[in-house]
Amino acid sequence: MNEKPVIEVRGLTKCFGSFTAVDNISFDVSKGEIFGFLGANGAGKTTAMKMLCGLSFPTSGTGSVAGFDINTEPEQIKRHIGYMSQKFSLYETMTVDENLRLFASIYGIPAKEARLRMDRLYRQLGMESMRRSLVRSIPTGWKQKLAFSAATIHNPAVVFLDEPTGGVDPLTRRKFWELIYRSASEGTTLFVTTHYLDEAEYCNRVSIMVDGRIEALDSPAALKARYGAETMDEVFRKVAVAKDTDKNQQGY
Amino acid sequence: MSIFLSIIKKESLHLVRDPRTVLIVLCMPVILLLLFGFAISTEVNNMDVGIVTDSHTQEVRDIISRISCNPYFTLKGMMTQQEIEPALRDGVVDAVLVLRESSGQLEHQVVADASNPNNAQIYASYLEGAMSGNAQEPAVGTTLYNPQLKSSYNFVPGIMGMIFILICAMMTSVSIVREKESGTMNLLLVSPIKPRTIILGKLIPYFILSLLILALMLAFSYTLLGIPFSVTALNTVWVSVLYIVMSLAIGLLISTVSKTQFTALVISGVLCIFPVTMLSGMLFPVSNMPVILQWISCAVPARWYIDAMRTLMIQQLDIMYVIDDVVILAAITVFVIVAAILRFSRNK
Repeated sequence: MNEKPVIEVRGLTKCFGSFTAVDNISFDVSKGEIFGFLGANGAGKTTAMKMLCGLSFPTSGTGSVAGFDINTEPEQIKRHIGYMSQKFSLYETMTVDENLRLFASIYGIPAKEARLRMDRLYRQLGMESMRRSLVRSIPTGWKQKLAFSAATIHNPAVVFLDEPTGGVDPLTRRKFWELIYRSASEGTTLFVTTHYLDEAEYCNRVSIMVDGRIEALDSPAALKARYGAETMDEVFRKVAVAKDTDKNQQGY
Repeated sequence: MSIFLSIIKKESLHLVRDPRTVLIVLCMPVILLLLFGFAISTEVNNMDVGIVTDSHTQEVRDIISRISCNPYFTLKGMMTQQEIEPALRDGVVDAVLVLRESSGQLEHQVVADASNPNNAQIYASYLEGAMSGNAQEPAVGTTLYNPQLKSSYNFVPGIMGMIFILICAMMTSVSIVREKESGTMNLLLVSPIKPRTIILGKLIPYFILSLLILALMLAFSYTLLGIPFSVTALNTVWVSVLYIVMSLAIGLLISTVSKTQFTALVISGVLCIFPVTMLSGMLFPVSNMPVILQWISCAVPARWYIDAMRTLMIQQLDIMYVIDDVVILAAITVFVIVAAILRFSRNK
């Protein structure tokens, strides 16, 4: 019943010289959850995410992702996570097929199995006609779906989405979130950073980072109730601005 | 292994899908070779000569006939002492040979147009050479290995030294930085692939391309440019491969310090073109430089490579004669590779 959390973080801290980018954060994310990771630019989101992906080591603190320790087993973590970033991160001069095949082979999926998965993906997404087109020639919305497919082709336990919908129109964003929901319903955990606060509403739980600390963490509904706000946008402003005024008062 | 292969395949696809770059990269060396080999040349082919003499012995007649049938000279005819200066000034002749009988001995003097000092020296030595058939005059000088002083012989090693560092360093650094810019590098880094697999997979296609260029340049040198072919050609290949590896490593190092493709391009341009053309001995002999520049030139790998290439290709000596060059090149290569790897894995 009480399943072990997929992501478990305790007192995670990262310093660059005298600057503390991530300051003692702790949280859990459970299986199949869509976890929103919000924060203004420079709040430390990317740094925190890098540590969770096994790209950099924390200065102090512990954590585990997909059952592997972020301090000692980053290589194992890399095998069990998917990653997609705001720039569609696919090779533009390669075809759809070639891109997916590359990522399948990077994650050690045998060629035959990869072919099956790709066929299924194309059918699900309705992309059969595009498989031989160069990625740079297909529309942005499709690129995004494709990037998500590439990030999940190895059925990872956790998928990190770093501002996945940057620069995309609302309709395409909507469709993209349908993909995310489907993935979550199949048991994948999704860890999403975003600037679009309407998107935060789609998450099961949301954390808001300000200056390296997590200032708020709860479901969107609970957060709105606590801060007496109508929308997540308002919540975000209240959390971030309150912190800013604090700082200014201390400063003067 | 299959991961490695798919990275190589991916990188090769980028190359193949960009035929313009490949075309430029393959054509540039050939064009440079042809340009320096045939069109741009420091050798003097058509030298207009005038002769001034007051003696009409058999010996003088011999010299005149030797000069008139030598393909390097065009005999503009006999002239008087007073005509020398106006003829040089008007460019009718490039040099004048003055032959005079003095107490039974034939003495000669060369008056050359030295507005281009290099040419003037060559005029003088050509004429001395033409004289040296004379029994009374001992041979003045012999030029071994390149008796006709063909400039293509001189330029081929230099161009090779420049091309490889340019292509390898520029293309690898730009291709790595492009992945950083587009964000695909992050994608590869969060995957289970080891960083060294990524790098090696990226370098190998460019290594193969460079080998292709090497084959092309050697084929041109040995056929069209007429550089004599012998067993030492194999050593030429080994040393060139070492140089290519070093150039790739330099590209890797540049990629670790640049954030944008433009920076990578500028750094590799400035870092590679200037030292290679100015300080490597490609155009200007190192021994003629001020001492401080000579010291700096020691750090320019192309200097050692070009020096080795001259010995191996033109003198056709065994590899033992250039072992110092090879050792220094190898040392620089190891140093650059270590520095590149340290820098690459440092941003953890």
